[in-house]
Amino acid sequence: MNFYGYKRRDGRAGIRNHVLILPTCACGSETTRIVASQVRGAVNIIFNTGCSDVAANTALSQKILTGFACNPNVYGVVIIGLGCETVPHAKLRGKIQAMTGKPVVSFGIQEEGGTLKTIERAVRAARDLAAEAALQQKELCDISELLLGIECGGSDATSGIASNPAVGELSDKLVDLGASTLMSESIEWIGGEHVLARRAATPELHNRIIQICADYEAHLKAAGQDCRAGQPTPGNKDGGLSTIDEKSLGCIRKGGTRPIVEVLNQAERPTKRGAIVMDTAGYDISSVTSMVAAGCNAIIFTTGRGTPTGNAIVPVLKVTANAKTYSWMEDNIDVDLSGIIAGSLTIGDAGDLLLKKIHDVCNGRLTKAEAYGFSDVAVDHVCRFV
Amino acid sequence: MTNAILLDGKDNIATCTTAAVKGDTIKILGGGEIVCVEDIPIWHKVALRPIGKGDKVFKYGEVIGEAATDIAAGGWVSHENIFSVPRDYQCEMI
Repeated sequence: MNFYGYKRRDGRAGIRNHVLILPTCACGSETTRIVASQVRGAVNIIFNTGCSDVAANTALSQKILTGFACNPNVYGVVIIGLGCETVPHAKLRGKIQAMTGKPVVSFGIQEEGGTLKTIERAVRAARDLAAEAALQQKELCDISELLLGIECGGSDATSGIASNPAVGELSDKLVDLGASTLMSESIEWIGGEHVLARRAATPELHNRIIQICADYEAHLKAAGQDCRAGQPTPGNKDGGLSTIDEKSLGCIRKGGTRPIVEVLNQAERPTKRGAIVMDTAGYDISSVTSMVAAGCNAIIFTTGRGTPTGNAIVPVLKVTANAKTYSWMEDNIDVDLSGIIAGSLTIGDAGDLLLKKIHDVCNGRLTKAEAYGFSDVAVDHVCRFV
Repeated sequence: MTNAILLDGKDNIATCTTAAVKGDTIKILGGGEIVCVEDIPIWHKVALRPIGKGDKVFKYGEVIGEAATDIAAGGWVSHENIFSVPRDYQCEMI
């Protein structure tokens, strides 16, 4: 199976060709929004950190920023910093240039003499990059170039029974075709971690999956939080999910059944192909942010209760098996899988349908969240700001 | 018609795919039927047999929690009457 994508110098293939206007910190975020609004083909993200952080938070926020810049869906990057943040724009630019051959330019608001002067220079730079980007032709890429992120959010009982197993089928089909899939949300492995770990390709990966869950519980306990008190969420409970174990056993089904060949830290780029998992929060926006930073080209997102979420550089395809949610929130949901519950659609046929939908997205079809220009970002953090 | 889905032969609950009103006979996809003894919202769980306080509750053939109270056959199983039991991670290592 092939798709038409944008080949990058690092060998990866993008399914979009965005110019990313990237802030180094919260103080640059508003300027990136204004710059992106002036240039067709440019997108921005709002970033709530990048300054006054402990080292572990800085390390993660840098992985997110460099990961977004290196994501194969991005053609080139315009960085906007302030001047006094932890990692200033020129240093971030250097890091990104060392990781990728993409065009990257950067500006600092303090250096330029304020917002308007920065906007003027950054808009010119973004305009030039967008003009260049438009010349890049799509080329035929093998489906093995695809890294699909798998996410769920606003889950109800239909997620674990129908939409997650259907996405699991999709994952198995993609892995069998040579592509890679990435499932995250490690807090939502708890209670089902023994089932997930059975898929591990090696004993080391098996134990790593168990250890991630143990560490997650201990981390929350240190902050005075019982993971069983925050999970399931109130919406999950209203939707019929009673315990974290029940939620997790449904969640992990979206990862399919193929052997897990790699277990990643948050926002880390895979080194292997196949079924991969990543240690992230269960908070869907944060989890998607980390998977995009890891290089996912597209995200498939199951929901029971409905969600509008989207990402600036990676299309998010939303599916539900809840008939009421699909008809009530059709403006936000791309695929209706309620036939699984009604008995008119098998899980296997749903997997085939999703493969076609994802293939279309790879070839350029806009998802609903993408058409609206949604750009949600949440960066996980381990500690208070300093 | 009121319906529920049984996911695994080991399970002692089924998931209602339509809202059930007390006294309804719920047809279980996966085998049998049960009369519900209280109203149960759509997507929530119905007990297929009596579940005693402290008994394990099974869905997907796996434990999803323990009963905090006695739950009658046909009763509503929810976060109000079952709870998650902490894991023994060390025992799961290989």
